[in-house]
Amino acid sequence: MDRLIYLDYAATTPMRPEVLEAMMPYFIEDFGNPSSLYTLGRQARGAVEDARDRIAAFIGANPREIVFTSGGTESDNMAIKGIAFANEKKGNHIITTPIEHHAVLEPCHFLAKRGYEITYLPVDEHGMVDPADVEKAITNKTVLVSIMHANNEVGTIEPLEEIGKITREKGVYLHTDAVQTFGHIPINVNELGVDLLSVSAHKLYGPKGVGVLYIRKGTRMVPTAHGGSQENNRRAGTHNVAGIVGLAKAVEIAEREMVSEAKRLSELRDRLLHGLIEKIPNARLTGHPTKRLPNNASVCLVGAEGEAMLLSLDMEGISLSSGSACTSGTLEPSHVLLAMGIPAEIAHSSLRLTLGDKTTREDVDYVLEILPPIVERLRAMSPLDEAWKGEQ
Amino acid sequence: MYSEKVMEHFRNPRNVGEVKKPDGIGEVGNPVCGDMMRITIKVKDDKIKDIKFKTLGCGAAIATSSMITELAIGKPLKEAEKISRQDIADALDGLPAQKMHCSVLAADGLREAIADYRSKIKK
Ligand SMILES: Cc1ncc(COP(=O)(O)O)c(C=O)c1O
Repeated sequence: MDRLIYLDYAATTPMRPEVLEAMMPYFIEDFGNPSSLYTLGRQARGAVEDARDRIAAFIGANPREIVFTSGGTESDNMAIKGIAFANEKKGNHIITTPIEHHAVLEPCHFLAKRGYEITYLPVDEHGMVDPADVEKAITNKTVLVSIMHANNEVGTIEPLEEIGKITREKGVYLHTDAVQTFGHIPINVNELGVDLLSVSAHKLYGPKGVGVLYIRKGTRMVPTAHGGSQENNRRAGTHNVAGIVGLAKAVEIAEREMVSEAKRLSELRDRLLHGLIEKIPNARLTGHPTKRLPNNASVCLVGAEGEAMLLSLDMEGISLSSGSACTSGTLEPSHVLLAMGIPAEIAHSSLRLTLGDKTTREDVDYVLEILPPIVERLRAMSPLDEAWKGEQ
Repeated sequence: MYSEKVMEHFRNPRNVGEVKKPDGIGEVGNPVCGDMMRITIKVKDDKIKDIKFKTLGCGAAIATSSMITELAIGKPLKEAEKISRQDIADALDGLPAQKMHCSVLAADGLREAIADYRSKIKK
């Protein structure tokens, strides 16, 4: 295989060499525990606090509102269970959407089994939540609204600012899973009106296994990991110093490059999407046509199955992902596509191409050359080869 | 995840298409589940003389379809209809557990084509 084209940046990203460089001293030389009082500990503590300052400034927060975690999954769990358990006296109602990542959906399922009421708001065919539905769903028992900033499969960016106005007015906490947007599009927690916001380092060229939960000052919540008094008693456990330093370095790079990179990627994304739609009969875009992540091109290519396309592309050196049942280990296609009203038989043909810092125009053109004949071959093999040619 | 043999059959599936004037047709699966298969056979002297498949599905669905055509061709109907999902999986050097249902599809497809042939000659 002479070419390797990675188009799954929404799954994870390679670390930037500068990030690794920044992390290196904290494994062997400056290995101290940030909770220790001697010099070595204080040095590590200093590195953690510098990182906290930088990340807070990046999203318009106060450094005391930043809690370091082990990644997006822990941040989501902590936000949902931490708010639910601390506000039991007020109520047991949580509002979310059916298109959240499993790191939000599963904590909600867990709470539902223990007597909590969970409302899943509808989304439209683009995966968009209607703020009016949020307003209607809030009751005097509602303790939390959790709506992702942008969807990881189809890239749709949710109208959080409007939702934030509603939750503020109603006095209900708002959490957002910003794992796919942090470091990719500008975020200001005050403009969004969120009380909690989840971040993961490995989606912005940082290390895996480290993240942040932003918690607005005054938010009533309980920890989910009990132990030492780190992070102001909000999250126990010795800090992942190197990881935290790596995340801050990734943020520093994003501060510099985010705006121009978003522009570059959205142009490549559009070239890719237009090319696919032009070259493949009956290709259809999934997600919102304009309010979408700069790097997300996702499509359904009905008549060809997702995993079969993925394997065929892998043989040509192209890595990407699919929402078909056969790639998930279950027999169900993507819950996101189904919630958007896409029929299962079409959802099985979904592909997600997510671009990143190493993606070039040549890569995009290579995909546009390789993918159409793959789809054609698989469609020719299908017993339903008329279905996709027909009226649809 | 897949064996070399599965990948080889996925890359170069045998007997794709439809036999002309088939003696039996087997259609199994359903597009909602993501897997759909159509097997057509030509029968002579109670043996499978020709067999072809068309499949919409994942890599395993395509490889198991291809493999069953290889296993079945030339076999007496009585033997062909006994090909089990395990036989197909074994011939492919194994399938991941969550993909065994694909081999069920192929085995069922062939049995249905044979049943279709038998119901036609009775008439
Ligand atoms: C939207 C979203 N939320 C949460 C996560 C989980 O983050 P992590 O892998 O850091 O646990 C991911 C990534 O897989 C994601 O895309």
